[in-house]
Amino acid sequence: MSNLSRRKWITGAIAATAGASGLAVAAGLARRYGLIPPDHGGIYGAGETLTYASQRLLTSHSLAREFPRSQISKAPFANGEPPRDEAFQRLQAGAFADWRLAVDGMVAHPASFSLAELKTYPSGSQITHLACEEGWSFIAEWTGVPLFQVLNAVGILPQAKYVVYFSIQSDWWDSVDMADALHPQTLVAYGMNGGELPTGHGGPLRLRVPRQLGYKSVKYITRLTVTDSLKGFGKGLGSASPEAGYAWYAGI
Amino acid sequence: MADSAVFPSRAAAIVAAGKSAPRHTAIVRVTHWITTVCFLALLVSGIEILISHPRFYWGETGNVLTPSLFALPIPASRPTVPTGYGYVLPDQNGWSRYLHFQVAWVAGFTGLLYAVYGLVTRHFRKNLLPGGADLSWRALSHEIANHLRFKRPSEAEAWSYNVLQRLAYLFVIFVLFPLVIWTGLAMSPAIASAFPAVVTVFGGQQSARTIHFFVSVFLVLFLLVHIVMVCLAGFRNRMRAMITGRAGALKEQA
Repeated sequence: MSNLSRRKWITGAIAATAGASGLAVAAGLARRYGLIPPDHGGIYGAGETLTYASQRLLTSHSLAREFPRSQISKAPFANGEPPRDEAFQRLQAGAFADWRLAVDGMVAHPASFSLAELKTYPSGSQITHLACEEGWSFIAEWTGVPLFQVLNAVGILPQAKYVVYFSIQSDWWDSVDMADALHPQTLVAYGMNGGELPTGHGGPLRLRVPRQLGYKSVKYITRLTVTDSLKGFGKGLGSASPEAGYAWYAGI
Repeated sequence: MADSAVFPSRAAAIVAAGKSAPRHTAIVRVTHWITTVCFLALLVSGIEILISHPRFYWGETGNVLTPSLFALPIPASRPTVPTGYGYVLPDQNGWSRYLHFQVAWVAGFTGLLYAVYGLVTRHFRKNLLPGGADLSWRALSHEIANHLRFKRPSEAEAWSYNVLQRLAYLFVIFVLFPLVIWTGLAMSPAIASAFPAVVTVFGGQQSARTIHFFVSVFLVLFLLVHIVMVCLAGFRNRMRAMITGRAGALKEQA
């Protein structure tokens, strides 16, 4: 009996040591390959890291499902009103001719684009699903400049790891890793269903990240910042979402 | 695996001698209780997530501007959802989603451990797969009649599962659990991008969400019936068996 319990104890100790060192190696590898999300701290960090890491390994090059034109929703839900502040109203009164998208951070040539300038780049179009974390969804055709085109135009530096994007609504900002930033379906969208992007849906300019839930597709974007670390932005959790209790990664 | 095999006759002999006998293995007990905790956490967080949009749809899309398949008559945590109630519940979606997905990982690993264990030790075949004779209409109707009369199970059933129990457990383990995981994954836009068939097999992400809801309802019904049956069969003895692994005679508990 004592032999048996000793053997059990030794086996358990070996298993625990192997498990702990396995975890340490996995954590090291995950850090090296950028598989740790910025909101990995806290009690939900383990689940969040597992979700982000496994989805990055499985889906980094996958394409969001695209639908036939016949499946475009006749009633796309905007979920919210356009900003009511004076700055937005003034820009809207001028047909957004003065709307600018600034691109800065770890780029060779920081720049600022007007809508007309953005429209000179080759445009991309996709009919994709927008799913809100609340549970509702719609399908629309989105038109815009693929984000990688904008990033190519300003020349991102090799150490770039994230693109942070800001809205004219100061409480809504977010970021994506380079897998999503350089993804062919990630759009700086200015059109929807064949027309201009309606203000309710984020017009004049919205980032569309079709492989993540709707809240990553920030409306009314005015600035993109390329960075190698999210520590200096807000509370360092990657976006406004974790600060409000929501996950930074919204692929699920 | 001496303590995994259940020998009703031998166990009955041990119990007749006034002792307890082994009933459930450590793996079965540990995975049972981890699953219990996970299920309750998934249920609470799932309800919180559901409250943000208690409407259901079929197909790929659906929102408050489209007709619903059905809507639960409960208030919502978002002002944009028309519920007929004059108030909006507090938004608990953030932590609920964090908790739901974290616990889903724990539940998934636990289920995997249990499934591998069940196959390797032949637990499923020995203890859960009904014998051919038990599946005859006569045997089944006899068992159903016993259940409908709320007849207390025989002594031997403390050491084995009856055929309805076996079928219910197999249905939960091999149909409801895989289906609830699958429909959960189908709602993920990233998973859908990498494995579109995960979604298209259900006809769309809203269909997957609706099925996820119904499977959860079935799991809750199973849980309620399970608890009622445990109480009917002898709460103390069954709890003792699932906690300590050993069970005694029914008389002992009376």
